[in-house]
Amino acid sequence: MLPTSTRSLRIAGVAVLASAALLLTGCAASTGDSGSGDGSKNYQITFLPKNLGNAYFDTSDAGGEKAIKEFKGTYAEVGPAKASPDAQVSYINTLTQKQVGAIVMSANDQKAPCDAIKQARDAGVKVVTFDSDTSADCRDLFINQATAEGIAKVQVDLITKEIGDSGEIAVLSAAANATNQNAWIDLMKKDLEANHPNVKLVDVVYGDDDDQTSFDKTAGLLQSHPNLKGIVSPTTVGIAAAARYLSTSSFKGQVKLTGLGTPNQMREYVTDGTVEEFALWNPGDLGYLAAYAAKALIDGDITGKEGDSFKAGDLGEYKVGKDGTVLLGDPFVFNKDNIGDFKF
Amino acid sequence: MSTTASAAGSTGETRAYRDYGRPLWRRVLLSREAAVIALLILVWIVGYTQVPHFAAPITLTFLLQDMAPVLLIALPMTLIIITGEIDLSVASVMGLSSALIGILTQQGWAFGAAFLVALIVGLVAGLVNGVLVTVVGLPSLAVTIGTLALYRGIAQGLLGSKAITDFPSEWTSLATGNIPGTPLPIVTVLIVVLALVFGLLLHFTPFGRGVYAIGLSADAAAFSGVRITRTKIILFALAGLVSAVAGAYYTLRFGSARGDNATGLELSVVAAVLLGGVSIFGGRGALPGVLAGALLIGAIASALRLAGITSDVINVVTGVLLVLSVVIAGLLGKLRFRRLRIVKS
Repeated sequence: MLPTSTRSLRIAGVAVLASAALLLTGCAASTGDSGSGDGSKNYQITFLPKNLGNAYFDTSDAGGEKAIKEFKGTYAEVGPAKASPDAQVSYINTLTQKQVGAIVMSANDQKAPCDAIKQARDAGVKVVTFDSDTSADCRDLFINQATAEGIAKVQVDLITKEIGDSGEIAVLSAAANATNQNAWIDLMKKDLEANHPNVKLVDVVYGDDDDQTSFDKTAGLLQSHPNLKGIVSPTTVGIAAAARYLSTSSFKGQVKLTGLGTPNQMREYVTDGTVEEFALWNPGDLGYLAAYAAKALIDGDITGKEGDSFKAGDLGEYKVGKDGTVLLGDPFVFNKDNIGDFKF
Repeated sequence: MSTTASAAGSTGETRAYRDYGRPLWRRVLLSREAAVIALLILVWIVGYTQVPHFAAPITLTFLLQDMAPVLLIALPMTLIIITGEIDLSVASVMGLSSALIGILTQQGWAFGAAFLVALIVGLVAGLVNGVLVTVVGLPSLAVTIGTLALYRGIAQGLLGSKAITDFPSEWTSLATGNIPGTPLPIVTVLIVVLALVFGLLLHFTPFGRGVYAIGLSADAAAFSGVRITRTKIILFALAGLVSAVAGAYYTLRFGSARGDNATGLELSVVAAVLLGGVSIFGGRGALPGVLAGALLIGAIASALRLAGITSDVINVVTGVLLVLSVVIAGLLGKLRFRRLRIVKS
């Protein structure tokens, strides 16, 4: 008696598990491949961001989707839940198996995905990186959002315009040894010396990309430099913390603030007048350009070597530079009038 | 156990041993392990016939490459969980091993020598866990959550946010290449060899029977002459050692040594072990089920990815499966316990 009922229970258990799996894989299969693109070219282009649920990549991938719709390809987006170094590999492998036309990805690690990318390219899949590159020898193309020169120049242009091209300014940077920020600050100094003789950079302080430290350093700057007319913060954490300090202080509107920020962090301070303008690139355009670059590779119009050129829809003509890099262009300036269009 | 008791005619029997009252074939066929293996085969058949590209042999290559660290570490983890303990520091030991290999090769060491150092450090890391659990007598959950943070901290301290790349290709090809003429990655050999070693150790030696005895009742095991402290220290040391091997494999496969390599992998290992029918309370489980559990997780993820399902859904599916397997096992256990009480009264 007993064994029989235990057995039937066990069988029931197995059946429940089995049917659950069947159901899940069954519905998985039905939503699977929708076939290759319309024409003879394989315009199945899949975006592989660092991780899903990241507003920045939602914006860039939406730009990619727009481009892919324009040339009637098939857009898809896959990605890991967490941006760990190895997480993208299994997705690249899967896309290789599915024989997509191209993978457009922002790499979590310079090297970790390279082997998988190599396999993908051997199988005829084009690989374009954007936002964050792998080693230059493993992908076809990298879409660079901005150059150091471009980033330095836009910030100098913005701050000098806002303070009337004369007076004291200071920089609130990230960590003292942050490679990117230091390169930009050096370029900004050169630009100021050469083109803005009446503007004096009196101090560079470091907020370590920490909200509270940046907040305190902003307060310190304003105390130690009573004649300060402007602050440049070439880091998204710094500019947001500085804006928060200024917005509640008597310096609001008196001391100008600009730098690199994201619309979501800065929206409040642009609306209340603490910050007039700030810069970054437009991730939507970045994704859009990356999708067109993938199309040009699929079409065989370009191979990714220096001097190749291709047309990227509304954005116009682009040229491939050194190391298979395509530059999006000058940084994008956000202000009260356009910030509402961006959701990252 | 009810049938054991009645079959043996003894009345004082209350221990929940496996049901030896049935013929062997029936026991094997109806075990939890068999259910997992059946489910694995089922998923494979569904994938093979329903999911485009799943049938390609390269699916197996990618699946084994992806799951290799989980399959490797699941072996010692199974034994540890059967004794009623747990080791959550395994992924951190992988990261430590990866960081050490990276930093030593960068200093000009040969890869083989760096690998050896990583193995020794892995072994020591495991020994530390074992000693803290047994000699000091702390709960393994607390100890290994602590060393999870500690070993990961050391790994990230060694390398910072740097990644060390450019490993010699004769080593990386070991992790990325296939056994010639098959779709099986070379690491399969290591998995099979270690699975046989651990399988023999657990299922065919006095040491292995000691492992089960500790999990069922540590006191009873101690009275029967099982050397609990020694057994547990050996198991934790083995876990450290195998984790270091997995860390080296991981480093070679991705060609990138980083302190944050394999973060969170310990949970995949524990999930595979539990899905494979090992009781988290100890005393119950078998290695074939665990290997099938790990492959099942990999096969489901692979099939869903090929079908274009997003990662969050894949996590949900794996999670639901794990919960279902534990719930069903729990319900069966409860039902049997209730019947046992009826029988006894």
